Amino acid sequence: MPLIELSGIERRFQLGDTTVHALAGLDLAIAAGEYVAVMGPSGSGKSTLLNLLGLLDRPDAGSYRLEGRDVTTLSPDEQATVRSTRIGFVFQSFHLVPRLTAAENIALPMTLAGIAPAERNRRVAQALKDFGLDRRADHRPDQLSGGQRQRVAIARATIMQPALILADEPTGNLDRHTGEEVVNLLEALNASGVTLVVVTHDPGMGARARRQLVMEDGRLQSDTQGGR
Amino acid sequence: MRLADTLRFARDAATGTPLRTALSVLAMSIGVAAVVILTALGDGARRYVVGQFSSLGTNLVIVLPGRSGTGGFNPANAITSTPRDLTVDDAASLRRLSAVRRVAPLTVGTSEIAHGGKLREIMVAGSTAEFLPIRNFELAQGSGLPEEDWSRGSPVAVIGAKIRDEIFGSQTAVGQLVRIGDRRLRVVGVLRPSGQGLGMNTDELVIVPVALAQSLFNTNTLFRILIEANSREAIEQARDQALATLKQRHRGEEDVTVITQDAVLATFDKLLGALTLAVAGIAAISLAVAGILVMNVMLVAVTQRTGEIGLLKALGATARTIRLAFLAEAAMLSAVGALLGYLLGQAGVFALRQFFPVFPAYPPDWAVIAGLGTALATGLIFGVMPARRAARLDPVQALMKR
Repeated sequence: MPLIELSGIERRFQLGDTTVHALAGLDLAIAAGEYVAVMGPSGSGKSTLLNLLGLLDRPDAGSYRLEGRDVTTLSPDEQATVRSTRIGFVFQSFHLVPRLTAAENIALPMTLAGIAPAERNRRVAQALKDFGLDRRADHRPDQLSGGQRQRVAIARATIMQPALILADEPTGNLDRHTGEEVVNLLEALNASGVTLVVVTHDPGMGARARRQLVMEDGRLQSDTQGGR
Repeated sequence: MRLADTLRFARDAATGTPLRTALSVLAMSIGVAAVVILTALGDGARRYVVGQFSSLGTNLVIVLPGRSGTGGFNPANAITSTPRDLTVDDAASLRRLSAVRRVAPLTVGTSEIAHGGKLREIMVAGSTAEFLPIRNFELAQGSGLPEEDWSRGSPVAVIGAKIRDEIFGSQTAVGQLVRIGDRRLRVVGVLRPSGQGLGMNTDELVIVPVALAQSLFNTNTLFRILIEANSREAIEQARDQALATLKQRHRGEEDVTVITQDAVLATFDKLLGALTLAVAGIAAISLAVAGILVMNVMLVAVTQRTGEIGLLKALGATARTIRLAFLAEAAMLSAVGALLGYLLGQAGVFALRQFFPVFPAYPPDWAVIAGLGTALATGLIFGVMPARRAARLDPVQALMKR
């Protein structure tokens, strides 16, 4: 059973009088533990696809099965629970809460899920160590370098031990060297069994993935692995 | 999200924008402080006036010459329109009434007192020995007016504390001769200083026998007749009896007004109570304004933290969690504002009492509770809309804003 199974996904946006098909008739299956890069020009539907996979957006048609369960019909609160427990997000602009420290930012998903403080502290301490941030625990995002910020963001994405990590241009705001570090980090996570989907403009980074999806005009133009 | 975490999150969010938070807390606290101080003023005025009236005496019934109420057609009114004056005999006739304990006639005028080369303008009250007990006046030295026939008018005087100080200084006043108008009187007593007495400062008052005062001012009328009823229950009866007796003595013409202290007290109580309510209402408007300000601040916060709300949703926050977080923040702003305002108000009222010790400026409990309650309620109610707006944000749109 694939982790992700999309069939006949449609997503339309109304822009003035014209209807834009951000996704049109998309079928896609991603198995657990895969490392997938989604590429394509701007406006090709990459981000829309990522939002759909992350349950931040709903398709206008088609079905999305996550771990065998149809998640498009879930209520917003049920979807929130799925996001909380099964999906981790890494954003291009990090999206850290500026007034919270690194440790608090990492703990945020657990705080929202209502996990007890003792358990939170234990897991945050472990994550800080794993991501080499133990000396930055009490720093606020504006006291951290770009690479450190993205490491905090990745620690936050993994703290709930999700099955799926969705990364939207994770190196877009980083220089080559720190971008490399972040990619290594994500790949290490993938090696430990987490499914990784990365949206990227960077062909070099896309080439590192084991499977490349190229999108254009809301459709899959090429898929290096079976697909369609 | 756990309650403690929600509160901590809201607190951090509020303190993240110190100026905005401080301003809305300030607005809320000014509203609550206004309620506390204004109602303290209103209620203080009520207590002050009631206290003043109570100090006039106990179970008091007062007879005034002239009719102030509008009655039906009375044949007597058609013949004579000028009211008959009150006389000492009128007062004396009231002494026999069953519901009456004491009666004191009162005539007043201004004159001057002279002793040892010092001269001073004074208010003279002509009355009888009963005047002091009816008005609850106490003597510091000497005795009151003598118990004697009301028409006799012995040449004696009881003087107020301030007059004693100014005329006699450190000398003994009792037993001294003074000149009042064209009479020579012996001082028999000095009043204890009280400083109050509704329009009549007893510290600057000289009390002489009523007959003496009448001849001094060349009149045979009275300013008032003060009656003390036997008990609180007998006040109405004393009033009716007095009215009936005077009507009979004035040939069936009801040309006097009889007021009871209770009625006056009740009227003032009601009047000033309504005034307090009115100022509380006005102050409540500032609370509503503060509530709207809290809403505005929260709306700005939602707009400014759109990206953060999107992130929270992506991290698995339910709509309820986000709603609660923003509601908690609004509640916190108004609760801190309300508490601060309460302290501010109490401090202001305390300062008022320091500057005007005679004025009992205490906010009534109901006003404090209503003020705090309104502050919290408006904060919460005006917090609901921004919180719902935050919870309804589309996560994709929200995340793009940053």
